Amino acid sequence: MSSVINVRGLEKSYGSNKAVAGIDLSIQPGEIFALLGPNGAGKTTTVEILEGFRDRDRGEVSVLGVDPSVKGDAARTWRNRIGIVLQSTSDAGDLSVIETVSHFAKYYSNPRNVEEVIGAVGLAEKSTELIRTLSGGQRRRLDVALGIIGSPELLFLDEPTTGFDPEARRAFWALIDDLRKSGTTILLTTHYLDEAEALADRVAVINHGKIIEVATPELLGGRATSLATVSWHGPNGLQSERTDNPTALIRKLTETYKDEIPELTVKRASLEDIYLEMIGGADGHK
Amino acid sequence: MGTNKIPSALTIGIARGGLEVKQFMRQRESVVFTLAFPIMLLGIFGSVFTNELTDGVTFSQYFVAGMIASGLVNTGFQQLAIMIPVERDFGTLKRLRGTPMPASSYFIGKVIVVFVSMVLQVALLLIAGILFFGVNLPTDPAKWFTFTWLIILGSAASTALGIAFSVIPKSGRGASAVVSPVVIILQFFSGVFFVFTDLPGWMQQVAALFPLKWMTQGMRSVFLPDSFAAREVAGTWETGRTFWIILAWLMAGLLISIKTFKWERDR
Repeated sequence: MSSVINVRGLEKSYGSNKAVAGIDLSIQPGEIFALLGPNGAGKTTTVEILEGFRDRDRGEVSVLGVDPSVKGDAARTWRNRIGIVLQSTSDAGDLSVIETVSHFAKYYSNPRNVEEVIGAVGLAEKSTELIRTLSGGQRRRLDVALGIIGSPELLFLDEPTTGFDPEARRAFWALIDDLRKSGTTILLTTHYLDEAEALADRVAVINHGKIIEVATPELLGGRATSLATVSWHGPNGLQSERTDNPTALIRKLTETYKDEIPELTVKRASLEDIYLEMIGGADGHK
Repeated sequence: MGTNKIPSALTIGIARGGLEVKQFMRQRESVVFTLAFPIMLLGIFGSVFTNELTDGVTFSQYFVAGMIASGLVNTGFQQLAIMIPVERDFGTLKRLRGTPMPASSYFIGKVIVVFVSMVLQVALLLIAGILFFGVNLPTDPAKWFTFTWLIILGSAASTALGIAFSVIPKSGRGASAVVSPVVIILQFFSGVFFVFTDLPGWMQQVAALFPLKWMTQGMRSVFLPDSFAAREVAGTWETGRTFWIILAWLMAGLLISIKTFKWERDR
């Protein structure tokens, strides 16, 4: 029971379409766990079952030791311990930031300090502004503020930085990093591989309703041991060679060139390369 | 983690009511529409029909009863059946569903905002009626008692029915096209714009199935002299029956709301 989220054999179909086809997951306390996958892979369905928004067909699911399909007062007690940041909300433009956050604080037994939360998401200066005057990135920060106001033990973050400019994304990542330090367990779904790499302790790649692999971002898809591409400027122009032992190749090159190897680069597969290969591989018959 | 209790559904509901009232007040167009539209209608109908229905009963006096009753249907049923699908489209409802806020708190908040806007609307309508259209207020405390329970029970029933009906519009954009005709037809059938007993019999019978006819008749019992009761279908105000029928609609609305309420758009 030590896992925050525990899933065994989860299945869900819509008509004849098997959206989730047998998923196992185990997420540990304090972990930031990223769920990666293309659209229609079963990501959203899986997360919404975990959030208690959807029923499942088969399988065992426990979130903070509770079955998310729980109803009534037990559901309120359970929801009091989790926070959900949904993909897109565009409501309540006529309320200010602080009015909205203090209102949501009234739903929970042990809300965090309202000003502190607004400060933590970087909206202190916008506190008394109406929501409809906020930029997209600021609105997203407000969404996060509403997700964490109840001091959740577990936070669901659904594609939190879609539509952000690079600077806003960096700032957002720093915010998530702060949450990590406070010990909140986070289940993150994202389209962005750099985001998963920057934030996640572990990554699961999901496609066609199944988990293809679960690993740390460094080890995903055998990335650490995958072929490296060594390239340099040789007598006939730019040359490159794929090898599983780049050090040996460079040692050989140092003998040829004595001095500096011109324009030497060693490139490992990026997380994106690995990921595309993984989901492409699963799509291979097409 | 602390050991505080999760706030009760009623506490959260009252907080939601306060928030909804605040939001309502800040939407200037809807405030103006809700509060000024009944006065405009009273002005138009009061100028068109200037004859007296019987001794001392002007059409304006008759019409004020109808306007207050249809105000109940407009602020409750119509507003909610249009607004809730919009809130569903925006993701407001889904977000609320992800919190410990129970559905009942959401409903309580809606009842509060409908009741508050109803009270404002009636107050302004009566003031304008007295000042410009020669409307007389009742003096009998018993009539004010009827008036009070009609407003409270009527707001609650109308709110519950609006929430129940909100599952029908597929999207916020199409909602008013689905909801408004229902309300307008009911207003014509229920004797809001015309003297009820002048309507064809079949129309009266259809109207008697729905709550607006009873709200209107109830309001007439408040604003018209008791001698006018002789001109009602039953020859009396049928106050007791009015109470039970509106209560039955409230119960039906609540039941349907609880059973069918949709937090998310169908995909």
